[in-house]
Amino acid sequence: MSDLETFRSETRSWLEANCPAEMRQPVRDDDDVYWGGRNATFKNDAQKAWFEACRDKGYTVPAWPKAYGGAGLTAPEAKVLRQEMAAIGARPPLSSFGIWMLGPALLQFGTEGQKQRFLNEIARGEIRWCQGYSEPGSGSDLVSMQTFGEDKGDHWTVNGQKIWTSYADEADWIFCLVRTDKDNKYKGITFMLFDMAGGGVTTKPILLISGNSPFCETFFDDVNVPKSYGEDCPGFVGEVGRGWDVAKYLLGHEREMISGMGGGERTAAIGTAMKRHAGKTGDDLDPMLRSELALFDVDALAFTAMAEKFMDEMKSGKGHPAQPNMMKYVGTELNKRRHELMMSAGGSRSLEWDSEETRGGKAPRDWLRTKANSIEGGTSEVMLNVISKRILELPGS
Amino acid sequence: MPLYHDEDQAMLADTASGFMADEGNIAKQLRHWRDRDCPDGFGHALWKQMAEMGFTGMLVDEDDGGLGMGHVEAGIVLEEIGRNLTPSPFLTSSVLAATALKHGSADLKGRFLPGLIAGDSVFAVAVDETAKHRPSRITTKAEKSGNGFKLTGSKSFVVQGASADMLVVAARTSGADDDDDGITLFAVPKDAANMSHDAVRLVDSSMAAHTKFDGVELDGDAVIGEVDGGREVLNAMLAAGRIGAAAEGVGVAAGAMDMTVDYLKQRKQFGQLIGEFQALQHRASHLYSEVEVARAVVIKAQQLLDAGSEQAELMSSVAKAKVAKAAGLSVKEGVQMHGGIGMTDEYDIGLYMKRDRALQEFLGDAHYHANRVADLSGY
Repeated sequence: MSDLETFRSETRSWLEANCPAEMRQPVRDDDDVYWGGRNATFKNDAQKAWFEACRDKGYTVPAWPKAYGGAGLTAPEAKVLRQEMAAIGARPPLSSFGIWMLGPALLQFGTEGQKQRFLNEIARGEIRWCQGYSEPGSGSDLVSMQTFGEDKGDHWTVNGQKIWTSYADEADWIFCLVRTDKDNKYKGITFMLFDMAGGGVTTKPILLISGNSPFCETFFDDVNVPKSYGEDCPGFVGEVGRGWDVAKYLLGHEREMISGMGGGERTAAIGTAMKRHAGKTGDDLDPMLRSELALFDVDALAFTAMAEKFMDEMKSGKGHPAQPNMMKYVGTELNKRRHELMMSAGGSRSLEWDSEETRGGKAPRDWLRTKANSIEGGTSEVMLNVISKRILELPGS
Repeated sequence: MPLYHDEDQAMLADTASGFMADEGNIAKQLRHWRDRDCPDGFGHALWKQMAEMGFTGMLVDEDDGGLGMGHVEAGIVLEEIGRNLTPSPFLTSSVLAATALKHGSADLKGRFLPGLIAGDSVFAVAVDETAKHRPSRITTKAEKSGNGFKLTGSKSFVVQGASADMLVVAARTSGADDDDDGITLFAVPKDAANMSHDAVRLVDSSMAAHTKFDGVELDGDAVIGEVDGGREVLNAMLAAGRIGAAAEGVGVAAGAMDMTVDYLKQRKQFGQLIGEFQALQHRASHLYSEVEVARAVVIKAQQLLDAGSEQAELMSSVAKAKVAKAAGLSVKEGVQMHGGIGMTDEYDIGLYMKRDRALQEFLGDAHYHANRVADLSGY
């Protein structure tokens, strides 16, 4: 048996022993996702047991080095773990912007001291992070952002406003783009890290068309951000004034994450679920809808292969560096289509906004939520611009 | 297994790409034979060269004199064939018929494989009976006759049928027309009495035959696999052929796309390069995305088939359908973005559109395969 096959069989046994049955059910409600942080509570014992088992094994961040709270898995091992978790429908033990975004940035640009402190806190679910990028006047044109940090020697005093900060009202710390040089558009931004409870930060949830408020407006009113949190642990990532490099790198990760929603390890055809669903409400699957579902499943299953190929290529350094833009574009457009079809298949049941039977109108709220997929983290149109310029190398774009 | 080519496969891709660009290019092969109204629709000299390159017997087991490679490798050659629109018997002979012959007796293999490997023989596949691919229904009959069989019926879209030294024919030996069981595959040699071909030229300049079997007498040893148990062999052959056609389709899609993107960088209108127009940039970028996804699902399906996975059946249909959509988009956008010259015979982009049309139809179009995805998924 190869080492990888040994690892697979060990992983299977470990999951069997440690992943409670409740944690093998699909995520149904918001509190089925565990985000960690200072104020986190577990929904039930199973969620707690699953999180703790993974945390102790390094499986909240399996591919990170052991010294930073991960399990130090190689790329093929991490893939095996993903496959085995997908095979039993295991939920992620911990979700966080620390894992998806800040972590990768620190692994790439952080000092040893920053990695020791912040990565371990993320891996152990102790600190919940949010991201401060967009501003009211800076959406797709992010680099025009104005939130300003005035240099006060050992700290900056930050003033300004961010928008679309995901779960800012529940986050502990923020990684935030702050302008530190007004004369230098691209090289005048610093990627700062600070505690939201340190004074001067207010958050205001934004009510969306889905009726939910996952995003906030975040206001900074004379917020003091230390330049250092101790030896070898600066209060910013990379260099002062070079935060745009970090942000661009991170946007790549965000695009990967969002693109994963259309594919990832998902392999089931949605037509199968829709037929079952129609059976429950006493409906037949309309033949035209069946055709649309079949064409969608062709695209979605093909994208599953694309997602796998993309991950494989990225881990081995192959593939075009701008490929995440393509993944984000295709993945988000697919996800919107998926929800349009689910709404059609659900019929009038899918219109119910708060009935108990529909779990509080989950279908229409999710459907509306997906409309943001092709806006957040770079719009589809921006993605197509980037593909034109960087991959196809078309002129003047 | 990662979803990209390993070192050996990358080397093969380099070799195949160089060879096909030099020897199999449009001027040297497709236009050359088309403009001479060649009755075969391809060049035998190139087929011989492909044998020297080791391509013809790549899927044949090493014990039978081949290279024992898999569908990833065959797909590498097919993608280059697609990119250069190279007319050749590779897909029908080295992929479809070679896959069927894997299930044949030692005698059959000994009779046909050496000619294939040497590039001396060409094989065709006779499955379709109507204008649309529908292998679930086989009405061509093979009745017991003495020690052998007597074949009666007709087949269509038999690609290179009139040029073939041997035809793999799917016939019914028992049961009703739509039964799964009762199918038998036969290796029918070209000189079989009472077999006739009506050879027709297709839109892409390839040749196909309407083939009639009017009581063709066959020995018992013409049977490939088991009598009445041919469905499994047929399915294996079709899976290999579909994935192969999908790989060729990716080449067609990529070839047309590259040509179009190059054109966007050269053609000027309104005082600027048309590639500067965002309206075209976004369409080109969307096309790129579709072709990338198609390429990914093709290698996934190839790997699954090589690994003998039960998922291969579903993913081969996903691949065939996805490629049909992506390549269809590529050639349509290609002609549109080329503007007027895209309509001329002088420019190659239209040749891609023609080849894509024929390839889409071969072994089931996007509708057929999307429907099959739904069937296999239980809805």
